[in-house]
Amino acid sequence: MVSPPLIYVLLMLAFPMGAIILFSFWTQEFMTLDTTFTLANYREIWEKPIFAALLQRSLFVSGCVTLVTVILAFPVAYFVSFHVAPERKSLWLFLITIPFWTSYLIRVFLWKVILGYNGVVNTGLIKIGLIDEPLTFILYNVNAVIITLAHAFAPFAILPIFVALEKIDRSLLEASQDLGESKFTTFFRVTLPLAMPGVVAAVLIVFIPTIGDYVTPELMGGAGGKLVANMIQTQFLALNNAPLGAALAIVAMICVTAISLLFVFLNRRWLRGRS
Amino acid sequence: MTLRIYAIAYLVFLYAPIILLPLFAFNDATIIAFPLSGFTTEWFQQLMTTQALHRAAQNSLFIAVLTALLSTILGVCAARAGAMYDFPLKRGILGLVMIPLVLPEIIVAVSLLVVAVQIFDVGLSNWTVIAAHVLICTPFSIAILNGAFQNLDPAMEEAAMDLGESRWSAFRLVTLPLVMPGIIASMLIAFTISLDEFIIAFFLTGANPTMPVYIWGLLRFPASLPVVMALGTILVALSIALLTCAELLRRRGMARVGLKDKGGFI
Repeated sequence: MVSPPLIYVLLMLAFPMGAIILFSFWTQEFMTLDTTFTLANYREIWEKPIFAALLQRSLFVSGCVTLVTVILAFPVAYFVSFHVAPERKSLWLFLITIPFWTSYLIRVFLWKVILGYNGVVNTGLIKIGLIDEPLTFILYNVNAVIITLAHAFAPFAILPIFVALEKIDRSLLEASQDLGESKFTTFFRVTLPLAMPGVVAAVLIVFIPTIGDYVTPELMGGAGGKLVANMIQTQFLALNNAPLGAALAIVAMICVTAISLLFVFLNRRWLRGRS
Repeated sequence: MTLRIYAIAYLVFLYAPIILLPLFAFNDATIIAFPLSGFTTEWFQQLMTTQALHRAAQNSLFIAVLTALLSTILGVCAARAGAMYDFPLKRGILGLVMIPLVLPEIIVAVSLLVVAVQIFDVGLSNWTVIAAHVLICTPFSIAILNGAFQNLDPAMEEAAMDLGESRWSAFRLVTLPLVMPGIIASMLIAFTISLDEFIIAFFLTGANPTMPVYIWGLLRFPASLPVVMALGTILVALSIALLTCAELLRRRGMARVGLKDKGGFI
């Protein structure tokens, strides 16, 4: 019964992944593909500083987006789980997920309208008299990319944390307070450690996919805000150098996976160290 | 109380771009900026007469309908197997099937592009987009259908078979009606995701662009931006309507199998 989806995933995911790994060891000379095994693409990525710079910036942006998204999302998940009446919880979750599923491209574009030189934020702030000149640090740079991505991935962070919070046995919190902890310390010593699996899931589910987004950096990043996904896209579509693009995609995937595994490992140690 | 205010502020942040959309769609100026100048429906009228847009919409609908059907069929297989049977490597296999959910979309896009163009040399068409969309929508379908299948009692289907129904007719007459709301919810979600997906479609679309790819083309031309706003308004309204249907059906499905609603699709 499980075989149709399994076969589909193997055919459409495992096999293509194998293909780009193979591809990354080949080279492209204009229109002809040279299929001799070589590490030339990886050497080029290693030696040309632009690739390292792009990768570094991408990892930095993904890291910031993850941090911002998870920190902003946690109180919302906490509020819905602990302070909303059970019959209204699904309404709240529904409201949170709706924007996530509507017109991704246009949503990103509208952030340009909000953050732009004559945008909503700037005209608003000038009208109240808080600033005299439009703020320029919020469009066409890395900040703008981070704000927009944090918006796009918000529900992805809220849902896993919410699920973890829902699983917490509420009597544990009462017990902790009966034993003399304050509300504040109960949160840090009981609630937060128990919610950790959800936080970890949220971190991974935001961090890994953000590395693959090229729309937001293209529209919001300006010249200095391009990321590694833009380079992969350019190599494949504009420069017609698929092998180099493939190698770049693989390097990016390896970096993201390594950082994620390190994060999961450190988190396990931290949780074990506490108990 | 402060938490509630924060949560509401957060919702405002989430909805900020969507609220602006209709404002500019009906605004009588070619520049997308405040202050608003006047009311017009001109941008919507332009949508009616743009042939390229209609072709892109047809393509997207075709892709989204097939994606919804195929990913839901695969989702039913996986959710049913997960809920009712034990088999070797169950956790590993069910985990593997969910992987496209967390994979960066550009990886899916470029790997399928390489396979389609360089290895099999089939040209890019709607079918290459469908193949990729089914891959990324199936995990969502599985997540929704799991809710429908999880608390289904396997004994009911067995009882039907003991009473003389075949395996298939037992599934069709007993299980299917119980999980039907979940199936429709899954189709609506997959349809919405596919209709809106750009990152992968941009790589795999053939000579005829899908709707998001067409919109991407328009975003380069400042003069066409008001029309994009009008189009976006229609798309957002459509998505919200579809998602609301999906949510209502999902709840009904949960109630039908006697499950307490824990809320949310995932």
